[in-house]
Order: sequence, then C-alpha cells, then structure tokens
Amino acid sequence: MTTLTDQEHPFDDAGDTPPIRRTTLQTLLRLYPYARPALPRLTLGMLAALLAALVALAIPQVLQRLVDGALSRQDSAQIWPAVVAILGLGVLEAVLIGLRRWFVLGPGTHIEARMRNALYARLQDLPVSFHDRWPSGQLLSRAVSDLNQIRRWISFGLVLLVVNLVTIVIGAVILVSMNWVLGVIFLVCSVPLWIVGYLFEEKYSVVARRSQDQAGDLATAVEESVHGIRVLKAFGRGSFALKNFSAQAESLRGTEIEKARAIAGIWLWLLLVPDVAFALCLVAGVWLASQGELTVGGLVAFFATATVLRWPVESIGFLLSMTFDTRTATDRFFDVLDAPNTITDPEHPATIDHPQGRLAFEDVHFRYPDSPDRFPDLLDGIDLVLEPGETMALVGLTGSGKSTLTALTTRLYDVTAGAVTLDGVDVRALGREELRRHLAMAFEDATLFSASVRDNVLLGRPEWAERSGDADAALEEALQVAQAGFVHELPQGVDTLVGEEGMSLSGGQRQRLALARAVAAKPAVLVLDDPLSALDVDTESLVEAALREVLASTTALVVAHRPSTVMLADRVALLEGGRITAVGRHSDLLRQSEHYKFVISSLEDEERRESARKGVTL
Amino acid sequence: MSVTGVEGEERSNFSAAESKQIRARSLRLLGSLLAPVRWPVIAAMLIVVLSTVAQVAGPALIAYGIDQGLPALLDQDWFPLAATGVVYLLTGVIGAGLIAWYTLMSARISQGVLIDLRKRVFLHTQRLSLEFHESYTSGRIISRQTSDLDAIRELLDSGINQLVQGLLYMTFTAIALFALDGMSGLVLFGSLVPLLILTRWFQVRSQTLFRQSRTASASLIVQFVETMTGIRAVKAFRAEKRNEKVFGELVEDYRKVNGRVIQLFGIFDPGLVLIGNVAVAVVLLVGGFRVADGQLAIGALLAALLYTRRFFDPMEDMAMFYNSYQSAAAALEKISGVLEEHPGVPDPVAPVDLWKARGQVSFDQVSFAYQSDRVILPRFDLTLPAGQTIALVGSTGAGKSTLAKLMARFYDPSDGRVSLDGVDLRDLHPKDLRRAIVMVTQEAYLFSGSVADNIAIGKPDATPAEIVAAARAVGAHDFIEGLPSGYDTDVNKRGGRVSAGQRQLISFARAFLADPAVLILDEATSSLDIPSERLVQQALQTLLADRTAVIIAHRLSTVAIADRVLVMEHGRIVEDGTPADLIAGTGRFAQLHAAWRESLV
Repeated sequence: MTTLTDQEHPFDDAGDTPPIRRTTLQTLLRLYPYARPALPRLTLGMLAALLAALVALAIPQVLQRLVDGALSRQDSAQIWPAVVAILGLGVLEAVLIGLRRWFVLGPGTHIEARMRNALYARLQDLPVSFHDRWPSGQLLSRAVSDLNQIRRWISFGLVLLVVNLVTIVIGAVILVSMNWVLGVIFLVCSVPLWIVGYLFEEKYSVVARRSQDQAGDLATAVEESVHGIRVLKAFGRGSFALKNFSAQAESLRGTEIEKARAIAGIWLWLLLVPDVAFALCLVAGVWLASQGELTVGGLVAFFATATVLRWPVESIGFLLSMTFDTRTATDRFFDVLDAPNTITDPEHPATIDHPQGRLAFEDVHFRYPDSPDRFPDLLDGIDLVLEPGETMALVGLTGSGKSTLTALTTRLYDVTAGAVTLDGVDVRALGREELRRHLAMAFEDATLFSASVRDNVLLGRPEWAERSGDADAALEEALQVAQAGFVHELPQGVDTLVGEEGMSLSGGQRQRLALARAVAAKPAVLVLDDPLSALDVDTESLVEAALREVLASTTALVVAHRPSTVMLADRVALLEGGRITAVGRHSDLLRQSEHYKFVISSLEDEERRESARKGVTL
Repeated sequence: MSVTGVEGEERSNFSAAESKQIRARSLRLLGSLLAPVRWPVIAAMLIVVLSTVAQVAGPALIAYGIDQGLPALLDQDWFPLAATGVVYLLTGVIGAGLIAWYTLMSARISQGVLIDLRKRVFLHTQRLSLEFHESYTSGRIISRQTSDLDAIRELLDSGINQLVQGLLYMTFTAIALFALDGMSGLVLFGSLVPLLILTRWFQVRSQTLFRQSRTASASLIVQFVETMTGIRAVKAFRAEKRNEKVFGELVEDYRKVNGRVIQLFGIFDPGLVLIGNVAVAVVLLVGGFRVADGQLAIGALLAALLYTRRFFDPMEDMAMFYNSYQSAAAALEKISGVLEEHPGVPDPVAPVDLWKARGQVSFDQVSFAYQSDRVILPRFDLTLPAGQTIALVGSTGAGKSTLAKLMARFYDPSDGRVSLDGVDLRDLHPKDLRRAIVMVTQEAYLFSGSVADNIAIGKPDATPAEIVAAARAVGAHDFIEGLPSGYDTDVNKRGGRVSAGQRQLISFARAFLADPAVLILDEATSSLDIPSERLVQQALQTLLADRTAVIIAHRLSTVAIADRVLVMEHGRIVEDGTPADLIAGTGRFAQLHAAWRESLV
C-alpha cells in the first residue's frame, strides 16, 4: 500500500504496470507506428536537407576555385559564368531547403494529430477508476504540451539530428583523408563529447521528467483554482491558493534551472572541445607544415572544412536536450496508452435483442483497489433482484456504497466478485455500447456538456442527432417529465448552449436536464442516483408525478435520501454494512426495520420540534 | 466592436487600430515583466557580446598562426605558434565558459519572468468576479494559464538567446564587411530591401495565423477538459464516438492552422536563403569586374564574399525566433486581455477595517440585473439583525441564490448598497469581509490534497485538533475515520469515493472551522441523508446561536431552526415572518409547509 501524504504521481502507484526501464532509443522507437505513414516524406526531407548542406559546402569550394583560377589571371570573361554558377547553386540551396520544409513539416502535424486523437480515444476508453487516479491537468499537459514537443522533434529535431550527425561523419572522413594526423587529433578530442553526452542523458532525463510532471501538477493546480473558484472566493482564500500555487511554480522553476544547469554543462563541453581541437590542430598543423608534411593550402582547407563542422557539433547540444525532452514526453504519452484497461468489451459479446429489464445483483462484492486490507469489502455480498418494470428505491446512509452499487450496473466499475446480470446475462458479457444503451443513468452531480440543451438531453439517442419530428417529440416528452420547461424561456430555447461554454444554470436546473437526459434515452433500465436532491418541493412533486408514468413501464433503481423519492418505488432495498439487509414495501419496512426508520424518517424530529414551537407560541 | 479585455478574443481579423491597441497592451505587459530583471538582462547581453567576440577571434587567430607562426617556426622560433595556441585555448575556454554562464543566467531570467507572469495571471483570475468566470468559462481561463504560458516559455527559453546572438553576429559581420569593401557593403545594404519586404509579409500573415492557432488550441483544451471532468456521463451515455468526432475535428482545425503557419515558414526560410545567395552572386559580380580591373585585391573579394554569406547565417535562427515570438505574442495578447479585465467586484481603494463583526446585514434600495438587463432582483430594502437565523424559501429561479451572492459579495448590486454593520461591502477590507461572511454552496468542491487540507481551507492555520473538532461537530468525523488513511486520505485520488453527501459534510466542516459572523448556506444540505442532516441541524443550532445566518433550502426541515422566514417569488420578498406565524397563516409558506409535512414519514 502506498502512503498518501507524499507527492507521488498516479503512474507510480498504479501498481499494475511494473515500470519497464527503456533506453531513449527504445522509447522513441515506440513513436514508429504513428510516424510510419510519414516516413517516406521524412526520409525525403532528410535527403533534401543533406543535399542542401552539401550544396552549401560546395559554394565556398566553387568560390575558392574561381578566385584562385580565373580571377587571379584577371580573366573577366570568366566572371559571368562563375556568377551564374554561384547563383544556380544558391537557388538550388534555397529550393532544397524549401523542399525539406515541405516534405517534413506537413507530416509532422499529421503525426501530432494522430497521436492526440489516439490519446483522447484511449482516455475515453479507460475506466473511471483510471480517471479517479489521474488529475485532469496531468492528462491535459500530455495532450497539449507533450504532443507539441513530439511534433517539433520529429519535424525539426530528428531531421537535424540525423543530418548533422551524417554531416559530422562525412566531415570527419574528409578531415582524416586530408591529413590523418590532424584528423585523428580531431577525433580523439571528440571522445569526451560522447562521455559527456552519455552522462548528460542520465542526468537530464530525470530532471526533464520531473519538470514535465511538475508542469502537469501546476496545470492541475490551475484547473482546481478555476473550478473551485466559488469556494476560494467564499472563504477569501485566493491568496492562500496563490501561495500553494506559487510553491508549486517555484519548485518547477527550481527544476527548470537545474535543467538549464545540465544544458549549460553540456554546452560548455560542446563549445570547448572543438576549440581545444582547433588549438591543438593549429599547433600540430603548423608544425607539420614546417616539416613539409602539409602545404599551407592544405592547412587552410583543413580549417575551412573543420569550421563547417562547428555548427553541427554545437547543435548536438540542444538537439540532444530536445531529444531527451521528447523521450520524456513520449514516456508520458505511453503512461496513458499503456495503462491497462480493466473494463473492456468481451471478445464475443452477447446481445439482448428485446431487453425485458430484469436487473439482478448476485452475491456482488466490490472494493476499491487501494482500499486497505483491514477494511471489509465496501459491497460485501449484495443479492437483489429488480423484476421487469419494477421500481426499486435504494436507501442507506451517506457513504454506504449506494452510488458505487449503481455504478456497477453500467460497468463504470466492475464487480470484484459475483455478478450483475441484465435479463440473466452478465453485464460483463455484453458489449459496453449495448449495455449502456439498455441502461441509462442520472448522476448525483449533473454534468452538462458544452452543447445545446437539445444535444445534452438527447445525448443517449445518437440516432436523433439530426432534427426530426420524432426527435422533437421525444425531447419535449423528456423535458416534460423532468419539469424542465424553463429551457423554453432561455434565449434560444432548446438550442441555447449550456455547460462550460454556455449559459450557467442552477443546480436544480442542471439536475432536471440530467434527469431528462436519462429519460430521453428510453432505456430498459433507469438508474437514478438521488435525482431530485436539488429541486424545490413544488418542482419535486411535479417531477415525481410525471416520472411515475415513465417508471410504470421501466425497470428503475433509484437512490433515495428522502421519503418523497422513496414514494416513487414499488419496493425499497436497504443497504447497510455492504449488504442488502431488508427489501420490501416502504410502509412494511418502516414498521420492521429500526435502521430504515433511522435512515429515512424525520417525522418524529419534526413533531418534536412542532410541539416545542407551539409551546413557545402559546 | 471593442477589443478591450477579453472581448473579441475569438476574432482574428482585427482592424489596424485594434491591432495597435492590442499590441500596445502586450508590449506594456512585456515591459512590466522585464523591468524587474533589467539588470540581469543587461548583464546577460554583455556576456553574449564578450562571448561572441571570443568566438569571432578564432578565425583571426588561425590566420595569425599560419601567417606569422609558420614562418617563425621555420626559423626554429616556437614562441609565436605556441603563444597563438595558448591564446586560442584561452579564448575557447573563456568563450565556452561565458556561453555556459549565459545559458544558466538566461534560464534564471526567463524563469523569473515566467513565475512573475504565472502569479499575476493566477492572482488576477482569482480576483475577477464570478460573473466573469461564468461567461468566460473555465476551459478558456485554464488554457490562458497553461498552453499560452507554454508559448511564452518557449520564447523565453530559446528565442531571446537566438535573437541576441543573431543580431550581434549580423552587426559585427556587417561592420567588418563595410570596413573591408564599401561597395560590397552597399550591395549587402541593398539586399536588406527584399529582406524587409519578406519579413513584413511574413509578419502580417503569421500574426493572423498565430491568433487563429491560439484560439484553435483553446477550443481543443475546452473539449478535452470537459470530457475528462464529465467522464462518467460520457461513458454512461455512450458519447465516446461522437466526442471522438468532435475532438477529431478540433484537432484537425488546430492541425490545419499549424500547418498553415509551417507553410509560411516553408516560404520565409528558403526566401531568406535565396536573398542571401543572390547577394553573394551580386557581390561576386560587382567585385569580380573590379578585381579584373585591378581595383580590388582577390583576398578582399574572397573575404567580402564569405562575410556576405555569413551575414545571412543567423537568419534561420532569427526566423525560428520570430516563430516563437509570434506564437508567444499571440499568447501574450490573450493573457494581457485577461489581465486588462477589471474585476467586476473590485477590492476597495480605501478599505475599511472591521475587526469584530456583529453581523447585521442591510440591503438599502438594492436592485440587481445582469449586464443583459435581465432584472433578477427589483429594488428592495431588507435588514437582517445580528444573530438572527433567516430561512430563504421560494421556488427555483426566485432569486434566492442571487440575494445570497450579493450578501457574500460574489456580485455587487446594480443599484443601492449592501452593508455589514453599517459598512458598505464594497468598502470593507477583503480579509475582514471574507472572515465575517462565508457562503457554503451546493457544489461542495474538493481540492486535491487530504481531507484535513480541505477542511483547513476554512482556517489555514488550524491545528489538527481543531480540524477534527470541526468534523465532529458536523458529524463528518465517523466517515472520515473510515477512509483508508483517515484525515490524511487524498480526496483527489479517491474523488470517486467521497460521495456528494460526504463532500457536503466536508464543506460544512470547512464553514464551521471558519467561524464567521455571517453564514450563508445555499442548498448546502441537499445531498445529505436524513441522519446526517439531523446531526448537521444539531450542530447548526449551536453554531448559529450567536451569529447571523441565511439558510436557503428546499427541505423545510432546515427551515425549522430559523427565527424568521423570507419567501421569495420572481425576485421579490412576498412573505416575511416567524415560521410559526407563517405556518399559522394561509400564505405561500403555509402551503409549502403543509405539502412538505405531508411528504414526511
């Protein structure tokens, strides 16, 4: 069991994936499936870049030849052809650079888009337990910053890294072939670079990962400060939140500076080593020239070529750090993609053609994976059957597991033992899509999406995404049941945008729309988690009256805190200590079960209070 | 149309005047960010100048080594060569050391600027009114603080470095060329004309595109965050496929905008190379004939050609800089827009202290309407004496929450004044206001961190004992003890585990701990079960004994502990009296109470 006070990250305590230590190369190779369609163009781009580099190398050569030849003979007739040649090479270089960009950069954006869509799809597929564990800021920073980083590396870093390394190798071969003594000095001098580069990876990868994780934490802090703005304002804790945020921002700054220190370290070597090599080669070269082993022209040519290699060598520093940043980003991307999906469709899903709506819990056990051993299962052997068309109220104390039990029906979580069956079929044997078509839920905290009222209500009926008579009728009916007529008074009626991006609605209004959504789905089984908690008494009784008709023909499991909600039900199940301890009609349970009376009845309190009040007024 | 604040930020077609206004405010922001670090910036620039000099010295030293060292060595004189080698080594060490130092220094500067900006945006976001948050939406404010700040970080990380070095390099090279051969210098000067035209074209085109890119990425973020926060509903209603389509389209929009930006570079970058290479050819042409005429030395022409070419070397880096600059500028525009927003509920200029509030709240001639002229509360007067417990009753949309929000100064009234102990809330020092008046809402938001941390929001310096006492008082202690790590349980990781009722209990404990003079409960018990509510009510009776309280609740059980009931309808208070009087009457409240009484068992 993990301790809970430390600053760990979700992937550390996921527990289900033993961390595989991959090398940077192995990690980056995992991008291959996404990059594969772009590989031909990437290769062509590298080729263009290489050719451009060669042309750039050739221009000074041509110039030197020209200057040494024609111009030294003061032959003005040779000037025009030379200018044309230079111009031609110049245009060619520009064209090749344009080609490189054209080849490489377009596909880069496609890779990024592909990965972003894959990440999103995966996140939607992963079970709720995954999302419980991962703050959405961490997910957001993966979807945006990390994928941007990967795109830039593929279309820029990778290409330059390959081209520059090839240029360095070609240059080194040329240097050795020009003069093997100087060439070897140059090569030997570069050995520390490889050592430093290796050490750099060790150090930098760790810091880079930490920095990206901290950036994700910071994004989470930002998100919370925005989503929790009402609480922060209510308690005047803006500056307190700022203090926490600042502390996190400060630690990110610390990491970034540590990162800069590592980069400064490798920069130092990358700049120093060529200079040392140059100084040694200068002394050795001049000595060789004095010995007649080397011409002055050869010496100049050696330094000219070595100079060309300087930029590629220096660029290795930021290309390496970019590569390691990308490795980290890739790791973080695959943290999500590799997360095991514990709730998947069966290989050969069963189907229910004409659902009757018989929902049964058979010795259902459930415990959250991080629940300590000393605790019993939260749901410890639930046996309960809802006959087709029956409405069952589920009553129990706050925290007794009612919401968890409802979540098991649509497989937001899976049972840890036993089974939930629909018409005799284990819900795990059905495809999730089908299961959730048969079963619709309204949640305690009503979530609306940034879409029109209409789209929000008809969310469970994709076939009605287009406007039609049927769709309008169904929409109207659902709104009627949920007493959500207020939407017609909104600026654009049912087309008014609600949710994050739209009109802000009150808790009661949101709850009614969420209820309308569940009703509009016309499922075989309705699961309603305390669906009326935010409604006022008048509205509540109206909703109840309308809901009664719907429930007459639909199997329903209704979590209830209030007697009024219980009244909707044919039978009531009492959840206590992880088991159903009583099932029966409301009036029977009131007589038979002390616990039930304790949970649901406030009549006595009220009578006591009333008599007290009368005593005062009399 | 206006472009003040965040208005019009989704547009990308600004008029010249609007662009100017936006650019001016971005620059002001940038200036104010750089002002505190101006000395480190100047120092960093000096380091770059020195290191560039050290770098430029290299070729000259090689030339010296060959020209002077070789003849000397032939005379068996090692000194010039050895000295050159040593000096070369020294300049190398100094140059590399300076660059490394600069790298670290610029990281310090840019991180300093960044943290400054982060804090400013964060604090300003917190200051902005709820009304702003409700209309601007959380997704956008989040993307301002995440992806837009990323863009600025990129500029600071790589951009400035490139700009400074590039500019210096070009300046030095140009000076050297003019000194060498004025004619070639003029050619270089001439090449600046197409260079400026190209850059200007790029600037105008890319500005629009980068703005579109920021907007596209914000839409992407909104959709992403919404899906992840509403993942249960997404799954339960099988919205995955449709979401994938919507998100896919947003990704494609973003990709296209990005692609267009990149295409622009595909023209700009080779364009730069072309201008440079043509300039080389022209210098060769002009110089070649002069060499043929004997007016120019060959060596000078060769040097002129190399300098001309080198002049354009940093241009690609500069283009990269411009890339990150444009992206950051677009981000800065949006951020400066948010920072320009005036808090709708501003802090007082001359705050009045109220060390010990008694808790009398008065509404004098108050009315409230949203900007859209929808009048929510018509003009009214109301006094809540200190220590009174008031129940606010009425159907949804009657204006109860608005009244409560005016009391908590989430909004300011459109007209009239709300005062606490005679002090206008608008003049009250924020610390005193928030200490005196606390509002608990139905959406009991929990922050990541432990349960104890969340309760401590009510009083950040609370001792563990106080926290436990508060939890005990509202009846939250038992369930908290039952969590895997008790008070230290991280609510974020177990967010799915803490039920809505439990969240409400935690937020109750928060309010209990805060111990305000005025407590506003807006549907704060809606998700509690009856036993929990019973406990909360008992707690409230002790808690509310000596303080002013406003309770909004649909369940009239909560109303029972009130001294006074206000019934609201369509923004007006239609009944006002003690519960007993109203129940005994025949008014709205009597009906509500009868219906509710009926529903009890």
